[in-house]
Amino acid sequence: MSDVQPPVVPGEIKKISRPAGSLASRIIPPLVVFVGFMSLWYLYAASLEERERKATLAYPHQVLQDFFGGGPTGDQPGELIKAFGLSAMVALVGLIIAMILGLTFAILMNQAKWIETSFYPYAIFLQTVPILALVPLIGLNIGFGLPSRVLVAVIISLFPIITNTLFGLKSAEKGLHEIFTLHDASRMTRLFKLQIPAALPAMFTGFQISAGLSVIGSIVGGFFFGRGAKGLGNRVQVYANNLRPAELIAAILLSALLGLAFFLFFGWLGKRMTRNWHQPI
Amino acid sequence: MVFDHVGKIFPDGTEALADINFTVNPGEFVTVVGPSGCGKSTLLRIASGLDHETSGDCRIDRSNIGYVFQDATLLPWRNVKANVELLAELHGMSATERAELSRPAIELVGLSGFESHYPRQLSGGMRMRVSLARSLVLRPPVFLFDEPFGALDEITRELMNEEALRLFTHEGFAGLFITHSISEAIFMSTTVHVMSARPGKIVASYDIPFEYPRSPDLRFEPEFARLNGELSRALRGAHS
Repeated sequence: MSDVQPPVVPGEIKKISRPAGSLASRIIPPLVVFVGFMSLWYLYAASLEERERKATLAYPHQVLQDFFGGGPTGDQPGELIKAFGLSAMVALVGLIIAMILGLTFAILMNQAKWIETSFYPYAIFLQTVPILALVPLIGLNIGFGLPSRVLVAVIISLFPIITNTLFGLKSAEKGLHEIFTLHDASRMTRLFKLQIPAALPAMFTGFQISAGLSVIGSIVGGFFFGRGAKGLGNRVQVYANNLRPAELIAAILLSALLGLAFFLFFGWLGKRMTRNWHQPI
Repeated sequence: MVFDHVGKIFPDGTEALADINFTVNPGEFVTVVGPSGCGKSTLLRIASGLDHETSGDCRIDRSNIGYVFQDATLLPWRNVKANVELLAELHGMSATERAELSRPAIELVGLSGFESHYPRQLSGGMRMRVSLARSLVLRPPVFLFDEPFGALDEITRELMNEEALRLFTHEGFAGLFITHSISEAIFMSTTVHVMSARPGKIVASYDIPFEYPRSPDLRFEPEFARLNGELSRALRGAHS
């Protein structure tokens, strides 16, 4: 009997490397597009000014002024930032509720087929109903305040979390399941040691999609529900009605920025959670 | 481990196995070699209890079986040590007990120093070693191997064969090995059964006379070549 250790060649270890393009090659092309877009914007705004239709579009620098309050048409300084904070809060609370509900539902559906058969059609309904059509009904029933806005954010972001998690829970390899079967693992052990870890990448894909949607939900909600503190949706409506294009554009950009921030955060978090093992395709 | 007239017919009517008869005793390394799709893997699934025979009887103590799959089937989110400890964990052992069991197993397959590496950092051969170490942790008296080295390149495969034999002589388990490689079958085994396809039937059996431990150079002995030729002919017969 020989106990000689088999050789392990150092070259057998693969280095984990991230794709590296040079910084310049990734920054310069979008920068060129940005400059081109800005030039077009200035040209178009200038042509509007000539035709005395200033009320429809503002210059980029006027928009920029509005981010810091006190733009040309005069709003309370910081009004927009306050609205931004409120919308972010609504979206975040809505998203967290949707995550808790979505994960719970997905796990229940995965554990019992009858729950999946009974509830899945209605989950699809959540996804297909036009949220704009549903919003007035919500308002009529639970009022036009903050809770309604949160509810809209929850409804719009629930479905991607449910489907992605459900898909993820089913994604563990058959061989891995068989190991758990061979060793008489309980349902809970299988769920927590195999299915949930295997579902993490899909789960985070769901969170990421829903993060963007919850921001849309909070802004659409704010558009309709003016009671209480004013969010970005309300600002968009007010600026549009009062023909204040600079602030309107600033509000739109902030909304997009909020969605982007949510999207990027959850993308980053998901990558971090699975950095040791999951290689995005 | 006894296969007593074991047969298997799938619900769709396919007859996968017919009248399989053989025994594997402790200290024996028995290999079943046959063409792809002849029901070799079904045989192992029945032995492990993952599947059930439809006729005959498979008698085996299933309380502690080592099962090595075709793929390494590691949990990609766990490092080498945590993967090797999985089975001990499933059997409710404490962290200290698990560490005590995993250390020698990792050493035995030559992966000391790689405990905190993740599967995706390892080569195919190293992953397979992790899989072997995982099965070794509970020191099973019965080991089932389902074409575990089929996906590896030839040299890695030969190294892994030697590795598995080293574990066999060290642990003295009863081994049942499935492969479609004739030289792998001869190199590893005390007995080789040749299986035909549809239904899977044992058409020839050979006792391999070489002593353990076996040297890698055994593969170049005339007697090895002669057996290789004989099994090849039997396998060709099974194919037609």
